[in-house]
Amino acid sequence: MMAPELVKETTSYATAFREATQARGSHEPAWLQSLRESSFEQFERAGFPNIKQEEWKYTNVTPIAKTNFAPVLVSNGTELTRDRGLASFIYEEARQSRLVFVNGMLRKELSSLEGIPAGVIVGDIGEALQSTQDETTIREHLEQYPYAEDSGFSVLNTALFGSGLFLKIPRGLDVKAPIHLFFFGEGEAGKTPPAVFPRVLIVAEANSAATIIESYASPDTAVYLTNAIVDLAVGDGARIQHYKIQRESTGAFHVATTRAQLGAQATYNTTTINFGAALSRHDIDVRMDHEGAECSIDGLYMVDGSQHTDTHSVIDHRQPHCTSHQLYKGILDGKSRAVFNGKVFVRHGAQQTDAQQTNKNLLLSKHARVDTKPQLEIFADDVKCTHGAAVGQLDEEELFYLESRGINPGLARNMLTYGFAGEVIERIGIESIRRELDAAVLNRLHVELKGELTT
Amino acid sequence: MLEIRDLHASVDGNEILKGINLKVNKGEVHAIMGPNGSGKSTLAKVLAGHPSYEVTAGEVIFDGKNLLEMSPDERAREGVFMAFQYPVEIPGVSNAQFLRLAYNQKQKHNGAEELDPLEFKDLLKEKAALVEMEASFMTRSVNEGFSGGEKKRNEILQMAVLDPKLSVLDETDSGLDIDALRIVAEGVNKLHDGDKAVILVTHYQRLLNYITPDFVHVLSAGRIVKEGGKELALELEEKGYDWLKNGNGKGATASSQASK
Repeated sequence: MMAPELVKETTSYATAFREATQARGSHEPAWLQSLRESSFEQFERAGFPNIKQEEWKYTNVTPIAKTNFAPVLVSNGTELTRDRGLASFIYEEARQSRLVFVNGMLRKELSSLEGIPAGVIVGDIGEALQSTQDETTIREHLEQYPYAEDSGFSVLNTALFGSGLFLKIPRGLDVKAPIHLFFFGEGEAGKTPPAVFPRVLIVAEANSAATIIESYASPDTAVYLTNAIVDLAVGDGARIQHYKIQRESTGAFHVATTRAQLGAQATYNTTTINFGAALSRHDIDVRMDHEGAECSIDGLYMVDGSQHTDTHSVIDHRQPHCTSHQLYKGILDGKSRAVFNGKVFVRHGAQQTDAQQTNKNLLLSKHARVDTKPQLEIFADDVKCTHGAAVGQLDEEELFYLESRGINPGLARNMLTYGFAGEVIERIGIESIRRELDAAVLNRLHVELKGELTT
Repeated sequence: MLEIRDLHASVDGNEILKGINLKVNKGEVHAIMGPNGSGKSTLAKVLAGHPSYEVTAGEVIFDGKNLLEMSPDERAREGVFMAFQYPVEIPGVSNAQFLRLAYNQKQKHNGAEELDPLEFKDLLKEKAALVEMEASFMTRSVNEGFSGGEKKRNEILQMAVLDPKLSVLDETDSGLDIDALRIVAEGVNKLHDGDKAVILVTHYQRLLNYITPDFVHVLSAGRIVKEGGKELALELEEKGYDWLKNGNGKGATASSQASK
């Protein structure tokens, strides 16, 4: 069923899709052309999601649907250089293992691969398609999607992505340097805001290991839409640590899908930090289709003003002996809103599943609101599963404890808020990310705590 | 230093303190004893300014100022410290961050020099030695995962860092094994001098084997029913509290001397 007004709203995407299809011509393999066709058809049928759909009940994407975005399909000009503007966004630990995307397009001249060991295949997904072997791998993974429940956003990404990353870590290799995928958005005020469609496929072969940093940033006032997909295939016994840091401007829209498929005994640990954007939506889908896989799916959202952030996660235990831990925390101030919807499925036969899920929210303002829904659906009988959600204010006893030591009430509140965020931040294994986030939290708290809390 | 006059306090409308009078001078150590529910801990919390307790009558003068008019943080900066019976855990904030923030707030209040992290580290190291706490406790979150004894030692560490004029120790001995009790008591003794005062709130006499009080006050049903010197504590240890109830204790023994 398609609402008539959606036809008009999707016109710029239809034009872009026609142009892109023409431009790509025969450069792309037939299977991808047909995947794009079917994806775009699905998008045209479904349009953008609306609040009548259960999964979008609390997140109204009308501001995205109504905005006339200009899809970015080829690399566009920018003043950004290695020295100007970029340095501050790159984490020290990843200085020589960074891939920089500007408006969704991989920019080699801004990237650095010196720290990435030989054997790792890394490059633009379009170029990777030129190699028969890589094309086979990419096809194998891309053709598994979309999942039936995927939204119009993810099929639109598949239809339109013009650039992206293919990263393959060969069997048994442990990549020490964190690989940083940095996405910079640049919409200028007064111009048609761009819509960018980054697409990342990460394949970690058996027993390999790597740390991935995926970060999004933009100038303070930039207006644009990011519609990203990051797919990960974590092979048997492979270990992937994945950090996603979203700190885009409060004028930006951010819609992202992270899908991970875990092999036997694979480990996938991810922490998502969400500070930015006017409206952000993150769909996380982790499938454990083989025995003995483990994942931890943690996150922190911290919003203020009229920001809206929505996290939907699905952790799917399909085989026995898998473990999942999830800790998501939220800090809301002003009139901001947050949505957390966490589904944990334990399928028939997935015995000895260990699943824990917690969502805790701290409301700093009377006008902030959070809708949280942890959901546990268990179809096996020998499992250990817990879940819970909490929404609250700062604890009075904790406040009194700090005040009784001479700390004024305002500082005490900020300190407790900082501590609340700290439980997620301190688990991050990369020091410069922790430092940045510490500073960002303190900055959000608008206090002179900065110097006081450094140790 | 501290004068409590006819102090009445309630929690949730129930009157717990029913007219406390107590005077504490510089250099003195006072023990407040009494059975469970007598109001000892309430007195400690009222002095610290806990928001759940409402003072319904009376006054408390600290160093010539009206203590009850001050917020909890002001009281602390003025030099009142309460060691909690149940120290609170603050996840995500390290002990060192917390202590330095508290220390600098007080320094600022006194117009004294604030310390940067490095300078503070030296101070902290010196104070931590007093309560035999290892450096690893400084980077851990405040009280999180600490044992009962570690939490109490951490309270005394805070006392050492903040250097209060008046320390109120609320059942600091409860839940401590003998070694922890010794460490805590020695810490308190080392910090005490002729310019400071200590109020020990305790159920048992045990702590007083290590910290000798100048005066012992016995609380029952919200009133001080008996006062004396350190030997009163021994008598309580021997006889329990029952003989003091219903006002029977007043003048019941010749061996105790009324405090002045």
